[in-house]
Amino acid sequence: MTIFNPLPTLGAPLDVLCPMHVVLSSTGHIRHAGPTLAKIRTDALVGKRFLEVFELRRPRNVHTMRQLLDMHGSKLHMRFRDAPHTALQGVVVTLPEGEGAVVNLSFGISILEAVGTYDLTSADFAATDMAIEMLYLVEAKSAAMEASRTLNHRLQAAKVAAEEQAYTDTLTGLKNRRALDHILPRMIEAGKGFTLMQMDLDRFKAVNDTLGHAAGDFVLQQVARILVDEIRDSDDAARLGGDEFVLLFQGTIPTDVLKTIAARIIERIEVPMDFKGQACTISASLGIISGDRYCQQTAEELLIKADQALYFCKENGRGQFAFYDEGKMSNVIKGEGG
Amino acid sequence: MHGLVNRAVECFVRDTYSADNWRAVAQAAALDSAEFEAMLRYPDAVTQKVLVALVAQVGLDQSTLLEDIGTYLVSHPNAEAVRRLLRFSGVSFLDFLHSLDDLPARARLAVPDLDMPSLELYDHGAHSFSLTVRHDVAGFGYVMMGILRTMADDYGALAILDLVDSTAGMEIIQIQLVEMTFTDGRSFALGAAKS
Repeated sequence: MTIFNPLPTLGAPLDVLCPMHVVLSSTGHIRHAGPTLAKIRTDALVGKRFLEVFELRRPRNVHTMRQLLDMHGSKLHMRFRDAPHTALQGVVVTLPEGEGAVVNLSFGISILEAVGTYDLTSADFAATDMAIEMLYLVEAKSAAMEASRTLNHRLQAAKVAAEEQAYTDTLTGLKNRRALDHILPRMIEAGKGFTLMQMDLDRFKAVNDTLGHAAGDFVLQQVARILVDEIRDSDDAARLGGDEFVLLFQGTIPTDVLKTIAARIIERIEVPMDFKGQACTISASLGIISGDRYCQQTAEELLIKADQALYFCKENGRGQFAFYDEGKMSNVIKGEGG
Repeated sequence: MHGLVNRAVECFVRDTYSADNWRAVAQAAALDSAEFEAMLRYPDAVTQKVLVALVAQVGLDQSTLLEDIGTYLVSHPNAEAVRRLLRFSGVSFLDFLHSLDDLPARARLAVPDLDMPSLELYDHGAHSFSLTVRHDVAGFGYVMMGILRTMADDYGALAILDLVDSTAGMEIIQIQLVEMTFTDGRSFALGAAKS
């Protein structure tokens, strides 16, 4: 019987095709190791038992050459027993005539570490191996990701800055405090007549507390809609935060017209609002100040005075409006009109 | 034009000249922001305006500047990522030349909307090649000249390059590879990317 010696026939082509293969004898000893394996383990592999050099991790129950040969064709996960314990994956094929086996190995996902640990070059991989392409992709994608991250950070910062500079209350679409701070001084400076109404919702906190913030937000949006309805295009409605609103009316408006507007706003706000089957019942109080009569005031002073009128209403039973009048309030209960 | 291209021009001016020079260029080109975003797109006219402003600012002609940008991209430490990604394309300069056809596809693996010029290498034998560079915007041929010249050095090869035709849409570079291993070149380790 001629002794089949796989080495001369297998070794040279396998070195090119699978530079990380080992040829095992029937006893499980390494007879030959591919050039890349030989490079990453400088102490000679040849002559050592395969299972002495490598620890099988998956499947774990492989301890003898017989058991290894039984794994023919299946995927194996292992690592070097010596440091560095680089993880490898591979496949074993048995040779005919009981001549042992060939195990082909690859770095798998540990490639990123391995190129650094062993200073691998393109020449260490088979020409058909996708390892280099994968390394390229990892670097290229990391660079692209880094650029995207930088962009995201900057966009985030720009968004925050834009929000800070915005004139719109995002919840209601009304103008916000910043907008009011911008508009009011200009109205005062223009010296033309205008009226400021400061409005606070009554029982809004109860809606928020019992039906939740979503209901509260819904109510604020409904109120905003009513306000926009009741003012002209040339007027402004702003939400200063919470349930505080300010209305600015352009031009000189007769007191009885202002009373009608205020009464109608309160009346409409008092109509229960349906939020997902739950009735939200609120009301509103308004403090009104004529910009014509107090045109020497600053915006801040005007707002404080309107607020005083507003608090006067609140103390007198809510759901009312009042005009600021030289320190004494001419309280007008809603619905009574002129 | 992709933001990466504009950003490359910006970084070239900052790193090769100075931040002040870049501010002057950005101002002369009436840019909205003095910083380009690498991952956004800009109208082609923006790039053109920047190049015109750059020519006026540093007093070199546009073709020289474009070639310098190509050199910068593959040699300056701040652009090391580009050089590394190109070195992945081939183990020798010859290998690299032959891989140029695949370069736009390779670049798109990383940045899908990057509109790189399409590249075609013709092997005329006796180590003589020509590279066709096609793009809607003229000038990429000069950038490729700078890149090829510097990559030849990087691989340690000696090559003579000549831009023989530069018309809008298509530019042709002639390459004569004199010696593959003229010097040792720069080292390239697969796993040496800075994290």
